Amino acid sequence: MSDNTKSEKITNDKEFEPKYDRRDIVKGLATLPVLGVFYYKLWKKKALDTLKKQARLSELGIQKEAPAIVKPNKPGKLLRLGIIGYGSRGHALLRGAGFVSSSWSDEKYKAAQEDKLNKELETFLSQDDLNVVLNGVCDLFDKRAEDGLDASTNDTRPGSGTRKLEKAKRYRDYRDLLASDDIDAVIVATPDHWHAQIIIDASKTGKHVYCEKAMTRTIEEAHAVYKAVTESEIVFQLGHQNRQIESHFKAKEIIDNGILGPITLVEMTTNRNSPSGAWQYTIDPEGSPETIDWEMFQKTAPNKVPFDAERFFRWRKWYDYGTGLAGDLLSHEYDAVNQIMDLGIPSSAIASGGIYYFKDGRDVPDVFQVAFEYPNRDLTAIYSATLASGKKRGRLFMGHDAYMEVGRGLTVTPDSNSTRYRSKIDEGLLSTALPLFTYTTGSKQIDGVTSATAKYFAERGLLYSYRGGKRVSSTHLHIADWINCIRNGGEPQCNIERGFEEAISCHMATKSYLEGRKVVWDPIKREVV
Amino acid sequence: MNDVKLVSLKTDYTNYQLSILVILRVLVGWHFLYEGIAKMMNPNWSSVAFLLESKWIFSGIAKSIVSNPTILQIADFLNIWGLTAIGLGLICGCFVRLASIAGMFLLLIYYLMNPPFIGLEYSRPTEGSYMIVNKNLIEFFTLWIIILFPTSNIIGLDRLIQKVYNNSEVK
Repeated sequence: MSDNTKSEKITNDKEFEPKYDRRDIVKGLATLPVLGVFYYKLWKKKALDTLKKQARLSELGIQKEAPAIVKPNKPGKLLRLGIIGYGSRGHALLRGAGFVSSSWSDEKYKAAQEDKLNKELETFLSQDDLNVVLNGVCDLFDKRAEDGLDASTNDTRPGSGTRKLEKAKRYRDYRDLLASDDIDAVIVATPDHWHAQIIIDASKTGKHVYCEKAMTRTIEEAHAVYKAVTESEIVFQLGHQNRQIESHFKAKEIIDNGILGPITLVEMTTNRNSPSGAWQYTIDPEGSPETIDWEMFQKTAPNKVPFDAERFFRWRKWYDYGTGLAGDLLSHEYDAVNQIMDLGIPSSAIASGGIYYFKDGRDVPDVFQVAFEYPNRDLTAIYSATLASGKKRGRLFMGHDAYMEVGRGLTVTPDSNSTRYRSKIDEGLLSTALPLFTYTTGSKQIDGVTSATAKYFAERGLLYSYRGGKRVSSTHLHIADWINCIRNGGEPQCNIERGFEEAISCHMATKSYLEGRKVVWDPIKREVV
Repeated sequence: MNDVKLVSLKTDYTNYQLSILVILRVLVGWHFLYEGIAKMMNPNWSSVAFLLESKWIFSGIAKSIVSNPTILQIADFLNIWGLTAIGLGLICGCFVRLASIAGMFLLLIYYLMNPPFIGLEYSRPTEGSYMIVNKNLIEFFTLWIIILFPTSNIIGLDRLIQKVYNNSEVK
């Protein structure tokens, strides 16, 4: 032991000294300079981080805050709704409006008891009460219609107890529902082959329409719907609920500010790998010719066949009722890009694909590729989809100076050969290995989404958006947007103009695939040739 | 009386041993302090990602914490300020025994929430390779060493605190 330390020893013999001596002070405070070093290093690191961040943001000219896109729901007079088609999307749309069947609320209550991360019921109950009632339900399948009627009186809902809920009336023919004078607006969630006729009839009776995408099944129908809606006074919203996602607004701001430089390629994808993702939906054992009005179902379909439960429940697999990937998923991808870049209808489209995995009698492809050309914008937008591989590929906007990946959040990464950021990359202020900009919504929120399909939807913002850190269903926001416009005027996010662009663009892809040739849009005649 | 109170000031460390023990204490303190400050400076930080990854016996507790926003906020708050306070304590040599026990408690929770046991898979990548032993476990035992071989009563604010305390006792 050294002498020094020995002298440190305090023994019983030594008299206690109440005051500190110099040595106590020096040794007591000996490690405090470390804090000074820590603070200095922290300050240097922070200064460097700030410098880099400023270099990133200085010329970008974008707001740091989340876009304030939510218009508060202004109270208005009671709106009376009807629903046509109460399948799974109809259920989700009515939930967005504030109504669920008791079987759903019971099931979700139990699920929340068993799994604390399951917030479906909580999210639903915390929605804004839109001051609506459900007066009419039309479905061709008795069981679903009954379920819809049950939803009309189920008081497990936002704004529970605020008004007496009367049981809705069931309609077997949607035309009777449209003729009813106790309904102001309708939600249309039938298969695609019925959309056009119902929208046209609703326009004639002056009922406002929220219609699921895709807007129509054919090009001719798209023209007819456009004419009917624009000649009427109704408020029309197409069901692209991902228009309510905050990151899309941010992405638009970024592109409008030229942060990516000239964009020459946009890449949209769909990657699913599950039976439900390939439209192998459950066939309800109660579905039979006795419980389903099959003739009404196939009235607007080009080919008539005897009752087929699979065709009723899994209609997306046949061109008789929809357009497969084009109408179901390309439509969402296209609309997201159209929202962000205002692309409009492409000058041409060429598509390819095939039925390569689900050889189960379907006639729509399960692998589908499309190239849309926009020569007036100097860019190509490509879509690539498979229903038999879940490898996640994002939605990419590829610019000369940077590329942007947009999902529920977004990242912007500078390009190593960028002209605009060259000097900053050389100075080490920007790194091509790190994003220039990231935008994350709801980063402190939890998602209880579990299934692969649900995850796919959540990643693309089709299920939820975030408002002030609170999770909100994007379908609810989209419905609320429509109802706000009915009450207070204004254009909904996905109005008839956007709907027409979506329908024509997707149908160009379908036409190209079916005819095996490149198809062209004539903007003067407004025709696909 | 003085005998009992002053016994903790007795050490048999050589200068060399003392220096290394103090350096060890300061380094662990630096690590804790920066872990706390870094979380404090990141407005998006939350223990959610860590808790959601939780495996083994505490996964249920982790899930309950995550599912309750208030409790989650408390957990985040305690983490940030706990780590910062423990770091400051270890560096300055202030209430080092208390700081070490608190630090061991946190490290044990971190370890048990995400133990690197054989057969447990985590989706978050780690920066090293671990089997049973990871950095949390080693730092846990390091703090144990810091408790068993105290230095703050020689080099650190505890030296002065002890004097004030003893002084008031004598009076």
